[in-house]
Amino acid sequence: MRLIAIIVTAIFINNYVMSQFLGICPFLGVSKKVETAAGMGVAVIFVMALASAASWLAYNFILVPLGLEYLYNIAFILIIASLVQFVEMFIKKSSPSLYQALGVFLPLITTNCAVLGVAVSNMQAGYNFIEAVVNGVGGAAGFAMAIILFAGIRERIARNKILPAVSGFPIALISAGLMSIAFLGFSGISLM
Amino acid sequence: MDITSILYPVLSIGGMGVVFGAFLGFAAIKFKVETDPKVPLVRECLPGANCGGCGYAGCDALADAIVKGEAPVNACPVGGAAVAEKVGAVMGVSAGSSEKMVAFVKCNGNCEAAKSKYEYFGINDCVMEANLAGGNKLCSYGCLGDGNCVRACNFDAIHIVNGIAVVDKEKCVACGACTKACPKSLIELIPYSAKVAVQCNSNDMPKVSKDNCSNACMGCQLCARNCPEKAVTVTKFLAKVDYSKCTACGTCTEKCPTKAIKHIS
Repeated sequence: MRLIAIIVTAIFINNYVMSQFLGICPFLGVSKKVETAAGMGVAVIFVMALASAASWLAYNFILVPLGLEYLYNIAFILIIASLVQFVEMFIKKSSPSLYQALGVFLPLITTNCAVLGVAVSNMQAGYNFIEAVVNGVGGAAGFAMAIILFAGIRERIARNKILPAVSGFPIALISAGLMSIAFLGFSGISLM
Repeated sequence: MDITSILYPVLSIGGMGVVFGAFLGFAAIKFKVETDPKVPLVRECLPGANCGGCGYAGCDALADAIVKGEAPVNACPVGGAAVAEKVGAVMGVSAGSSEKMVAFVKCNGNCEAAKSKYEYFGINDCVMEANLAGGNKLCSYGCLGDGNCVRACNFDAIHIVNGIAVVDKEKCVACGACTKACPKSLIELIPYSAKVAVQCNSNDMPKVSKDNCSNACMGCQLCARNCPEKAVTVTKFLAKVDYSKCTACGTCTEKCPTKAIKHIS
C-alpha cells in the first residue's frame, strides 16, 4: 500500500515539473514534438531509477556512517554525472538504435535537476531502498507524463496562429503555467 | 579541531571521485565503439544543416554511410559539387558530377486564376485543409497555400505568394523537405538550369481544368506537337518536359494558350 501511495504521490501530487518546478530546462527544451518528448521521458525514467538506487546506497553506506550528511549535494551530483556518462557509453555499445533515438537527450539529463531532486527528496523522506527506487521511477514517470502532455499541447499550438507578441517561448510558458494550475487540483491530497 | 573532520570528507568524496573516474575510464575502454577515423573528416566537409535531404537521419549518419560505402560521395544534395569534391578527396575517389537541382511548385492557381469551392476558416495547415473535401480550390490538384512547405523549409527558400507556394531558386538547396511536406505532392525537383516548366499538376479533363483555373494545363498537345526536340509529352491531359532533351527554345511557351508552360527565371 505504502509503495502505491509513493507512486501516486510522486506522479500526481508532487509532480516534479508541475508542482515542484524541477527539471524545467528539458521540459521546455525538448517538448516540441511528442516523439522526442517520449524519448526524453523514457531516458529520464531509466536514469532516475538508477540514480535513486545509487544515491541511496552512497548516502546510507558512505555518508551516514562517516557523519558527512552535509556533503550530500556534492556526492549526489558526482554520482549522477558519472552514472549518466556510464549509461550513455553502455547504450552506445549495446544498442546503437536506442542510442540514436536518445542520443541528444542522454547528456542533457545530467543537467536535469529533477534527478538531483529525487535523490534529495528520498534522503529527506527517509525512504528505505525499495521505496527510494519506487519514488525515483514514480517521479520520473510523472516527469515523462508532464513532458509528453506538454509536447502534445505545443504541437497543437504550432499549428495555430498565435499573437506575434507571445509566439514561441512566451506562449509555451503560459501553457505550462496553465497546466501547472491544473495540477494544483491534486495538491492537498495526503496518502501517507 | 579534530583533523578527521577535514580528512573524512576529503577522503570519501575524493575516493568516490577516483572510484567513479576509474570506473568510467574502464567502461570507456570496455564499451569502446570502433569508429573509422574518416567519419569525422567527412562530417567536417558536409554542410551540417541536418536537413535529411540525402535520406539519412542527419549529416552524422550520412558521413557514417559514406565511409562505409553505403552512400556515394556526392550523396549530399545540399552541398552539391563543391562538397562532393571535398568528400571525394577525403575518401580518395573522384566525385563525379551531380547536377544542381531546385524545388519547383507545379501550380500557378493563384488567387485570381483558381476558383474556390468554399471559404476555409480552419487551421492554417495544408493537410488539415486537404482533408476537408480536398481543400477549398475547385481544382483538387492545386496548391492550398497554407504553407506546410514553408514550415518544412530550413533554408527560407519557399514562400506563399498570392496564395500559392513559390520557390526562391537561389536559396533552394534541393533537400526535398518541402516535397515530402506537400499533401498534394505538388513540389518536384528540377534541374537548376531548366528554363521552362509546366506550372500545373491537374489530370482533370480539359473542360474541367479550364473551368477550375484559368492557368491550368488542358492537355491540348500544342506544346508537344510544336516542340522541335520532342522534349514535351502529354499524358493524362498534363504536359511534362524532359529536361535531358529540352533546349529552352521557347516554342512551347509561345504556343501554350493558358501559359501553363512557361519560362522560369
